[in-house]
Amino acid sequence: MAGGRETVAVVDYGMGNLRSVAQAVLHAARVSDRVDVVVTASPQAVRDAHRVVLPGQGAMPDCMAELERSGLREAVLHAAATKPLFGVCVGMQMLLEHSEEGDTPGLGLIPGRVVRFRLDGQRQPDGSRYKVPQMGWNRVWHGFEHGAAERPAAHPLWAGIPDGSYFYFVHSFHAHPADPGHTVGVTDYGVRFASAIARDNLFATQFHPEKSAAQGLALYRNFLHWNP
Amino acid sequence: MLAKRIIPCLDVTGGRVVKGVNFVGLRDAGDPVEIAARYNEQGADELTFLDITATSDGRDLILPIIEAVASQVFIPLTVGGGVRTVEDVRRLLNAGADKVSFNSAAIANPQVVRDAAAKYGSQCIVVAIDAKRRSAEEERRPGPDGQPLGPGWDVYSHGGRRNVGLDAVAWARRVAELGAGEILLTSMDRDGTQAGFDLELTRAVSDAVDVPVIASGGVGTLDHLVDGIRVGGADAVLAASIFHYGTYTIAQAKRRLAEAGIPVRL
Repeated sequence: MAGGRETVAVVDYGMGNLRSVAQAVLHAARVSDRVDVVVTASPQAVRDAHRVVLPGQGAMPDCMAELERSGLREAVLHAAATKPLFGVCVGMQMLLEHSEEGDTPGLGLIPGRVVRFRLDGQRQPDGSRYKVPQMGWNRVWHGFEHGAAERPAAHPLWAGIPDGSYFYFVHSFHAHPADPGHTVGVTDYGVRFASAIARDNLFATQFHPEKSAAQGLALYRNFLHWNP
Repeated sequence: MLAKRIIPCLDVTGGRVVKGVNFVGLRDAGDPVEIAARYNEQGADELTFLDITATSDGRDLILPIIEAVASQVFIPLTVGGGVRTVEDVRRLLNAGADKVSFNSAAIANPQVVRDAAAKYGSQCIVVAIDAKRRSAEEERRPGPDGQPLGPGWDVYSHGGRRNVGLDAVAWARRVAELGAGEILLTSMDRDGTQAGFDLELTRAVSDAVDVPVIASGGVGTLDHLVDGIRVGGADAVLAASIFHYGTYTIAQAKRRLAEAGIPVRL
């Protein structure tokens, strides 16, 4: 990030309070980074930004409808084609082709779909029932040994973050990328699911880095220094 | 699997974090951001802020505190105390809270839990239940089926001053049906005693609902935290005094849980 100031746009399409996301990104920047973080509903501001964070809270049908209605859909697609973009929670789910939640089409930027946890009748290792939504701290595995058989080396955004670190989750649906190569982090909750996905200049997490203490900030810091 | 959580609770009044025993001898405990940052540093999984302000005039003073903490400390924040309306929920979420906790208002108007959960999602709506074991006389009170209630726990409102005549386990079930995403369960018999959680109460509520239960009230030792999870079946344990007075750090508590084979975020 040598040179001039960089702007990070947090896309505000009316779904939830985005301040914690913006503050965490700002907090993650080093003093020397010269980063401006803007929470914006302006398509032009998203187009002008160097990096984009796409958050998402609530139900996928509402998020997709609001993204459309706000006029930000094209700006997000433009960002996804041209610069580093970080999707969070439903902002991750929207990158896929389709979600079971309300039978909703996504942006189709990463092949695959979003499915609901089906954990009825299953018991956790300590004998308790699985609860949906999954709400709390769970481990994310991004190294070779824990993932699918054929996976690339750990994604650069994991630099300095130990394999199996805990991150904060709140969700009832999870991503199921069609190409295992797009899965860059997995988590176990009754089922092993993709908790981080990536393709080219896109990176997205089901968990909330902005609520995941030091490791979450480290992930945002790596995003600010990422030049895919 | 999910880690079990350790949650320090901070009392707030007049815009400051205070500490005291049973509301007596309140004194300033320092800057909220510093305290929150210290607990975060020690590995707290969440922070709960309880607004103990007696008047609605002072109520809004918690908003700047939540804003300040949320801008510096990046773990989930829960706020409770005097929350009455869906509008209260909105303002607290906008200030940076991740979850908002109802107590007396849910008893007076259960619909507010349903409305708040419908609007903002169950994941951010907590219902706090203050429960106290029934006396012999209270056990003879007729239940919904006309028979004596028998042993159990009653729900209290208004900071534990008013027995509202509800069975705690039945009430927990009801608020979960209404959309509460989590239950913060305090034993009034144990609160402030440092004698350990009421494990029977914790187990009865944990078994009755599908949402996470946070055990509260009575923690004096680290083994009490282990028991709350192991014996009580709690998903999270909340404590105030053992952390505020520096008896134990969060990190020590986490290590004890880990030694007992409980999954924790270290």
